[in-house]
Amino acid sequence: MNLAELQEKLIAAARLNPPDDRVPYAFEKRITALIAARSAADRWLFWTRGLWRAAASCVAVAVVCGAVSFFVPATADNSKDLSQDFENTLLASVDQADVAP
Amino acid sequence: MERSEAELIAAVLKGDSASFEPLVAKYSPRVFATARRYARRDSEIEDIVQEVWLKAFDKLKTFRAEAPFEHWLMRLAVRTCYDFLRGHQRNRESSFSEISEPEEDWLERFVADPGSAAEDADAARLLIGRVLEKLSPSARLVIQLLEIEDRSVKEIAEITGWSVPLVKVRAFRARGEMRKILSRITQDKYL
Repeated sequence: MNLAELQEKLIAAARLNPPDDRVPYAFEKRITALIAARSAADRWLFWTRGLWRAAASCVAVAVVCGAVSFFVPATADNSKDLSQDFENTLLASVDQADVAP
Repeated sequence: MERSEAELIAAVLKGDSASFEPLVAKYSPRVFATARRYARRDSEIEDIVQEVWLKAFDKLKTFRAEAPFEHWLMRLAVRTCYDFLRGHQRNRESSFSEISEPEEDWLERFVADPGSAAEDADAARLLIGRVLEKLSPSARLVIQLLEIEDRSVKEIAEITGWSVPLVKVRAFRARGEMRKILSRITQDKYL
């Protein structure tokens, strides 16, 4: 069998039968509606993306703060002094009342 | 008054998406005809055409108006069809045992007397459709554009984005691939 001839014949058959160009009813309306729906969805996408990014950066800041407070050693324990100072300040008026005759 | 194509495109680019509708209405028949060359099922054809139009809308700002809008759109359509073929390669795996009776009759007529097998027969159309489905995506695209649509190598290079030598190499391989498929059919049936 002559395959080249068969090939030519089949290609000629394809040329003789161009595909039809019918379009489904109101196809252009469907495309326009799809584009409109997509741009509305895009707007929501903009906000949700922004909020997710904000949430992610908040989590990152919290993690960094946690890590810093956990790993960085406390330099001097002045918490007692601070509490003492705070108490002295708060009770200064009472102390003065005790001292006064 | 009817607006020109350039005016419609300019309006779409300014944000008036409704101006896209007349373009879709005007060129959809050509896009559908192109999609029907590469896909068979109605749902697949509609998906391809829909994708072509959505891509056209998204990429409209890249349209330079140096060539007609139709050429730009058809290039997009052919590339989308090629992507579709590459995504559906598994469908090529079926055997040739499913050749219908009219196709077998047509082949028998061709074997007996090549001149008696008419090219305009439905069986020949079905058979070439079956053979094209068995080709690899690039081979099918090249056979379709070069042999069936009778386009030049340069045109194909422009449409596909391939270089001219690559189109030539792929055309050579595509013809070989097609001949191999035909020899498999005829071996199955007549040897």
